[in-house]
Amino acid sequence: MTDTVAQPTADAKAAPDTMAWDSGLRRLMMIYLPLGCFVLILLFPFYWMAITSFKPNAELMNYKAHNPFWISSPTLAHIKHLLFDTAYPRWLWTTMLVAIGSTTLSLVASTLAAYAIERLRFRGSPYVGLGIYLAYLVPPSILFIPLATVVVQFGLFDSPIALILVYPTFLVPFCTWLLIGYFKSIPYELEECALVDGATRLQILRRITLPLAVPGLISAGIFSFTLSWNEFIYALAFIQSGANKTVPVAILTELVTGDVYQWGALMAGSLLGSLPVAVFYSLFVDYYVSSLTGAVKE
Amino acid sequence: MSVTTLPPLALAHRQPSWLVRLFDYKPFLIAMCLAPAIGLLAVFLTYPLGLGIWLAFTDTTIGRKGVFVGLENFQYLLTDPLWWNAVFYSVVYTGIATFGKFALGFWLALLLNNHFPFKSLLRAIILLPWIVPTVLSALAFWWIYDPQFSIISYLLVDVLHWRSSNVDFLGSPWPARFSLIAANIWRGIPFVAISLLAGLQTISPSLYEAAMLDGASAWQRFRYITFPMMMPILAIVMTFSIIFTFTDFQLVYAITRGGPGNSTHLLATLAFQRGIAGGELGEGAAIAVSMIPFLVFATLFSYFGLARRKWQQGESND
Repeated sequence: MTDTVAQPTADAKAAPDTMAWDSGLRRLMMIYLPLGCFVLILLFPFYWMAITSFKPNAELMNYKAHNPFWISSPTLAHIKHLLFDTAYPRWLWTTMLVAIGSTTLSLVASTLAAYAIERLRFRGSPYVGLGIYLAYLVPPSILFIPLATVVVQFGLFDSPIALILVYPTFLVPFCTWLLIGYFKSIPYELEECALVDGATRLQILRRITLPLAVPGLISAGIFSFTLSWNEFIYALAFIQSGANKTVPVAILTELVTGDVYQWGALMAGSLLGSLPVAVFYSLFVDYYVSSLTGAVKE
Repeated sequence: MSVTTLPPLALAHRQPSWLVRLFDYKPFLIAMCLAPAIGLLAVFLTYPLGLGIWLAFTDTTIGRKGVFVGLENFQYLLTDPLWWNAVFYSVVYTGIATFGKFALGFWLALLLNNHFPFKSLLRAIILLPWIVPTVLSALAFWWIYDPQFSIISYLLVDVLHWRSSNVDFLGSPWPARFSLIAANIWRGIPFVAISLLAGLQTISPSLYEAAMLDGASAWQRFRYITFPMMMPILAIVMTFSIIFTFTDFQLVYAITRGGPGNSTHLLATLAFQRGIAGGELGEGAAIAVSMIPFLVFATLFSYFGLARRKWQQGESND
């Protein structure tokens, strides 16, 4: 804890009183040991999820004969059951469509909105920005009951289109907020030059601002994709039929049956359902971290 | 930049159609740009918010349009022990989980602020619990909390011999409540840690150098530099965290569904049970609306409580 603060600032040896603190053992005890514990605890549920999905049922239910932390005879039975005996591929496909649809919709809407608020300055633009920001503070738990009646009114109940239209309510505020920050960092002079050269505003947006804001767009896009992949309460409330469910809802409502839980299949479903976001995330880690921290710093 | 884009721009300028001119008319362009975002938010956020408050004052059920009943729903809630129970657990859940998340998350952020090999890899790994769909990691916790095959019980009973019987995580009220809180803290730590790490990295090293020259101890450097400098970002992250912990739904719904004996209902899960599963839309909406005062209070408290202290610190430092 203590040299945490000192370390990045200056060579700790510079100050005489910190010399004793910088010994290797101290560093091990104060940094690496707690860090190791954190990583172990944060990752253990995933390890447990993964190892359960490949364990045969006999091993799952017998800790006396088999060490539970390892698999003696790995099996693909749970995954095979999931892919061929349930509608799992269909759920994955629905989730993918919903995530891509709502991400595209909110990216378009929030790029335009952020551009209008940040670049086409008009009277009251800060208030519009504030209003959109406040929309982010309205949690879905308050909205899902009235939204269910709205969805029924529109005749979209039990349709994935309802989810594509509803998810932007929490994606647009976030993306707009993020993109306003990105647009701010692009020098205004570039646009002025283009204006002087006779470009229209839309041309400026398409040829100057957007190309420079590509990192921001990627950040907003992957964030939206993850958030819509993970969404649960709206999907639970608006989708009724088994075939149209998204992965998180379907696993909980379709795979959890009876009194004896099929832990192998449940964990395999969770693992497969987490993989797309995890892969997506690992490809864009830097954008992800910068968008998370950028949005907070804004 | 302007040179490379000049030719096509000049071309467009030579033949301006009325459409191009219309889109270059600033008020029209502003309206067009804001229309999609504002439209979506108005139809699917503002309107439902108002509708929800209206529903809370009616006796609507699924399939039947209700009539205005005034405060009847709320009067009923005030006499409903389940609602009081949910309020109690929501407050406990938010309080303990927020404290845990911030204590551990701040610690993790301080650890990550050191120099060591594979730092960015580690940072990426640590965010995983936050990336993976909550319901899916909640299922993993459900399996970890299994009464018979819990791996924690196995560790405590068969490996360490600390206990003689399996831990009953989800079978009785208080253990179930704390098990859920532990899962929530697990999921919240990465977000807090990575956000606070970003804040830590913006603190100028010269402040620490000056303090070390003045002979400040490590604790003093933390207490008088790190902590006050982190106040603004703490206020924002904590506001978010409190709002989304108080209105949490997924973890509880996935692991206990409010059981055992309705002891772990949060307001959101109770609203779902009454409103959607039970069909009493009016009553469910009333439960959801009853969250709003708590949220407003928590937001004002965390935001102004923390932000004001930051201004005071700022004044005395300047």
